[in-house]
Amino acid sequence: MIWSWIPRNGDLILGLLGQHLVLALVPVVVGLVLAVPLGWLANRSRAARSVLIPSAGVLYTIPSLVLFIVLPGILGTQILDPVNVVVALIVYTVALLVRSVADALAAVPAMVVAAATAMGFKPARRFLAVEFPLSVPVLVAGLRVATVSNISLVSIGAVIGIGGLGQLFTDGYQRNFPTEIVTGIGLSMLLALLADAALLGLGRAITPWSRAASPRGTA
Amino acid sequence: MNLLAQIVGWLGDPQHWSGPTGIPARVLEHLEYSGLAVLLGVLVAVPIGALVGHTGRGGFLIVGLANGLRALPDLGLLILLVLLVGIGLLPVVVALLVLAVPPLLAGTYAGVRNVDASVVDAARGMGMREREILLKVELPNSLPLLLGGLRAATLQVIATAAVAAYVSFGGLGRFLIDGLSVRDYPQMAAGAVLVAVLALVVEAILAGVQRAVVSPGLRSGGARIRPSGDPENDPTRLGDDPADLSNPEMAGVNP
Repeated sequence: MIWSWIPRNGDLILGLLGQHLVLALVPVVVGLVLAVPLGWLANRSRAARSVLIPSAGVLYTIPSLVLFIVLPGILGTQILDPVNVVVALIVYTVALLVRSVADALAAVPAMVVAAATAMGFKPARRFLAVEFPLSVPVLVAGLRVATVSNISLVSIGAVIGIGGLGQLFTDGYQRNFPTEIVTGIGLSMLLALLADAALLGLGRAITPWSRAASPRGTA
Repeated sequence: MNLLAQIVGWLGDPQHWSGPTGIPARVLEHLEYSGLAVLLGVLVAVPIGALVGHTGRGGFLIVGLANGLRALPDLGLLILLVLLVGIGLLPVVVALLVLAVPPLLAGTYAGVRNVDASVVDAARGMGMREREILLKVELPNSLPLLLGGLRAATLQVIATAAVAAYVSFGGLGRFLIDGLSVRDYPQMAAGAVLVAVLALVVEAILAGVQRAVVSPGLRSGGARIRPSGDPENDPTRLGDDPADLSNPEMAGVNP
């Protein structure tokens, strides 16, 4: 290990860290926005559920390297275009979150929904003001899994030339330089654990009632 | 549809189906790495998960380990092992083993932990020894979650085994990496399709095995842990009585 390599290449490492963060987190945000209406549909209609949940499962079984390579052919992009990685990770995020959103909405007590209806909430407002906020704890659990696995998957993209910190792996392999690889693994795990902790904290902060209702903090 | 025609053309070429670099040989290599890693993973993870689940001690360690290892980038681990140990079957199987263990450990632990306490009490009341309780009652009852962990582990290992080609190994990843290096897009796309098909076929086989092995009495067991979102069709839900909703343990009792 040659630890002095790290400060000497600070700019390179920070640049890759930034790229890694963008490649991993943009898909989480876009995926969440796409998954909420789909999950809502899957929770409402049995027909939609019987299509959406199994197809999400099939999408999730496709290996990441495969998607990175096949997407340019489908999207018409260049193979070295970062869009391929972003779109592939959006696919995984949506596949994971559709189920989370449907489960989260199903876990909202029927009584509460009925009470909201009785108080005169129209369906759209009832969803935004009652069902969606109450589904946040289960939804955040799904988001945490999606975020951590995205951060880990971005580095696979290095095999096709775009992979944030993953480029430290491929470069370190070509130069036979373990320090670079250990740095990449350490930063990637640190990023995942920080993002996980941030989501956990955010979930707790926006659902103060779940702490008041159950001392165990589960919902 | 040009791409599809190219993939079909590549797959239809008889040259790609024979010899040590043909598709059947690559599929076998892929299954060899994956199978070995999953088998070793089962040998390591299932006894530990079952023991921790049975005694209830050290559960936080299992959960922490499973979550922490999920954040580990597979490619980095594999490359690091190859640089440290040299190229061979060992680094590939160890890297894949590290991926297989967390889902297996978590699935076994959660499965044994979630066995109805009254069932375990009944077994103990009938005079079963602790070993018998674990082997004859808790493990069979934990099969839905345990096999769920096995499926997750197998899928992840098969997907990552494709990455192994980057460090000069065989398996279906060879078509992806070789195709990439000479910009032979049909070969890459065909290799990608082969990996995806292999993953889907293995997943379908394991799903079939799960249906065959899990006792019919446990079919609704999964709904207890994962809300099915299908209230009318959920036998574990006892109705909209407030007493049931405020007490998830009640709603989870199998009829």
